[in-house]
Amino acid sequence: MRAIEPWVAGPLQAFLDDSNARLTLLMTTAGQVIAQDGFTRSVDVMAASALGAGIIASLDALADVMGTGRYSAVLHQGSKQSLYLRAFDTPRGRWIGLVVFGSETSAGLVQVFFKDLAERIVADAPASQPAAAPLAATFEHELNASLRSLFGR
Amino acid sequence: MNAYQELLDRVVKVRGIRGAMLVSEDDGLVVAESLSEGVDGAAVAALAASLTLRIRRAAASAGLQAPAVVQLRAERGALLTVPGGDGLLVVAVADREVDLGLARLELREAASRLLA
Repeated sequence: MRAIEPWVAGPLQAFLDDSNARLTLLMTTAGQVIAQDGFTRSVDVMAASALGAGIIASLDALADVMGTGRYSAVLHQGSKQSLYLRAFDTPRGRWIGLVVFGSETSAGLVQVFFKDLAERIVADAPASQPAAAPLAATFEHELNASLRSLFGR
Repeated sequence: MNAYQELLDRVVKVRGIRGAMLVSEDDGLVVAESLSEGVDGAAVAALAASLTLRIRRAAASAGLQAPAVVQLRAERGALLTVPGGDGLLVVAVADREVDLGLARLELREAASRLLA
């Protein structure tokens, strides 16, 4: 497990221990990676974070069209692996969790333990750095720095 | 009111039962519930389904039949699960005042109505 924000590591490790998730990615709604577990290639993290953030953005747009209020989670159950994607508000802005899990756990357990993770993140988040919208000019640099930190290269 | 809800409402009429749920066995998600305030249905469903699955595996590994009732007694109450067929579990959360024998009977009755 690798985390760019060190205070996320404890709650995330607890989630990983409890949930038996195969892959976990925490990111901002801009697709900036906060932490990951299970990914071995940075290109996969980049793709997953961009797609995950895109799905949540699409859900927000869909909710606007339908007038239903925000949809915060998506659960896609596959035959071998399932995917759970959830957005949640933190003092550092809105974050997204992407979890891939298999038959060694269940959708219910992943949701319950992810709720615990989100609550711990909200409780532990240092409020010193207010969330800022990423600038296009710095986005790529920040993304590369994040990936170097996550993969140690 | 649908048939599932009627079935659960009958279970929670037993004195001491704080809530009853139908839970999808494989994914631990709530299908229907009748819960009193203070019971976290999603958490109970997920953990009860996981517990039941593990106990069933343990029983199978020991060459035993799948348990008809799983009963977990705690200091302040009990958790009961009964398989209801079609991948569903009937789950009840009870406080310590509950008559466990009656609760088990009512859960098994609910499960047999699900199977019918």
